Amino acid sequence: MDSVAQRLSAVGAGAALELRGVTRLFGALAALTDVTITVRPGERRAVLGSNGAGKTTLFNCITGDFPPSSGTIRFFGEDVTHFPPYERIRRGLRRTYQISALFPGLTVQDNVYLACRGVSRGRFSFLRPGQNDALMHAADNLVQAVHLSAVKDQRVAELAHGQQRQLEIALALAGAPRFVLFDEPAAGLSPTERAELIDILTSLPAHIGYIIIEHDMDVALRVVESVTMMHNGRVFKEGLPEEIQSDPEVQELYLGGGHE
Amino acid sequence: MSLAHDARVAVRPAAMAQRPARAWPEVNNPAAWIVVVLLLIMPLIASGFFLIEIFATTLILGIMALSLMFLAGYGGMVSLMQLTIAGFSAYMVAVFGISGNANISLGWPWWLAVPMALALATAFGTLGGALAVRTEGIYTIMITLAIGAAFYYFTNQNWAIFNGHTGINNVATPHFWGVNWRADIPFYYVVLAVAALCYFAVEYLSRAPFGLALQGVRDNPRRMAALGFNVNAHRIAAYAFASFVAALAGVLQVWNYRQISPGSVSVGACIDVLIIAVVGGITRPIGPFIGALIFVLLRTFALDFLVRLGLDGNRFRLLIGLGFLAIVFWSSDGVIGLWQRWRQSQRPRNDRQGGGRGHG
Repeated sequence: MDSVAQRLSAVGAGAALELRGVTRLFGALAALTDVTITVRPGERRAVLGSNGAGKTTLFNCITGDFPPSSGTIRFFGEDVTHFPPYERIRRGLRRTYQISALFPGLTVQDNVYLACRGVSRGRFSFLRPGQNDALMHAADNLVQAVHLSAVKDQRVAELAHGQQRQLEIALALAGAPRFVLFDEPAAGLSPTERAELIDILTSLPAHIGYIIIEHDMDVALRVVESVTMMHNGRVFKEGLPEEIQSDPEVQELYLGGGHE
Repeated sequence: MSLAHDARVAVRPAAMAQRPARAWPEVNNPAAWIVVVLLLIMPLIASGFFLIEIFATTLILGIMALSLMFLAGYGGMVSLMQLTIAGFSAYMVAVFGISGNANISLGWPWWLAVPMALALATAFGTLGGALAVRTEGIYTIMITLAIGAAFYYFTNQNWAIFNGHTGINNVATPHFWGVNWRADIPFYYVVLAVAALCYFAVEYLSRAPFGLALQGVRDNPRRMAALGFNVNAHRIAAYAFASFVAALAGVLQVWNYRQISPGSVSVGACIDVLIIAVVGGITRPIGPFIGALIFVLLRTFALDFLVRLGLDGNRFRLLIGLGFLAIVFWSSDGVIGLWQRWRQSQRPRNDRQGGGRGHG
């Protein structure tokens, strides 16, 4: 309606990601209730919470995989609430999936090439990439950055789990990401692979902010500067990692009271 | 398992350095060159009957099945309306061009009627595709089958354009440069040229961004959207391309039989195209042509063969059905899948490739 005025007023706000009163219903079940979160550009934040706290639903609402039932989502000032996922991605949003969402029938190189192609022109091009194709080079560099050069011509279905997780991250870093959502990137990784993951995350350029869902506190708290604690689809606490870690309520809810 | 896997990783990089997947696989394959030469000199070897009834018919059916292979193999979309699109194109050639039914045909020269038919059939297939892409899996099959069945009954009942169940007969074929292009040998080369064009177009496209993205959509549409692709637009574009390929086959078909009637666009014929593609294999563009050759050979000779065994000749469909069952049972990617597996079992162990491409 008054979207021009809304956009102009929002540009000044300067947040990378701004969620206002985001609610997501699945039938009668509220997976998210009135979630309000603001993340600065370049900020790195962890989202913690037990199973069913609404962490992945939060990601799905931000990327548009599932649109929110109500509330608004702004990405760098622009109201993207009703945008399809691909429009958000083309504006610099990226995500990874908790269960690797790759293209098993294609090679590693082609997977990354598709990621590079998806955020640039020529998605429908009928012409094969040539020897000096810029996107092919970009894909080569990304493959190298996640240590997969040795297997780049192998089909993804043949990769080991850890390699698939690394590829998952490479797909989210194609093009010029401005903000990334990492959904449990360390799931199923060995200690060595976790160290590599921390390496990749901490060596991202400073202007790229991210939200990471991570159960492993060793990983999560080493790569973030702020923490949002979720419980039953609501934001429960926000703060610095130390504050959240030492908060007695949080400890009771999540860190201590694990198994039932 | 994991040890074997690691060993293979260590062995492969040197062999894979030149990126074989990106090159034309046929260029270094002597068998492919033999097939090319055979196809080119076929008029010297084969009689008119073989040239048209076997090889031209195989190539035409192969092009139709190729359009399905493109959608199903690369896009994961099983469309049963590819024959309907070809049939629509064939009808349009007859309606806009010259035929024995002067009250229906508009009498345009072929070089106007054919582009018109191709454009309309492509639009028809794209529209059908736009409906079908809103569904997945079995519902795509249902909706495209429904379009095929609706078109069949429509042609049966519409007399103003489609001339009801008698169809349109004596369709004119092109004559120019002093050549009757429907004479056996020229027509064979026309069909061969179109088939080669379609085959190489699909092969080329499979490694171009459009084709790669289509395979991405097949493997994981949700992730494709999360990489910036408009998945439905991509699928509809794939239908548009496949429809154009099917429409080309339709033009050749109506020139081949010089007539088109509802029998050519029946539901059974729609399913034949699926059988051809699946029997041949939908993972590579050569599959549909192999499937079509098997189908045409069975259709042509199984009758005599069965009669000689003292059985009813009309049971040739039983043979096709049994062959279909056997192939689907033993190999999910058709005859080329069987062939590839046999080739791999002949090779030394550490030289093996990753097997056939998976599909959904």
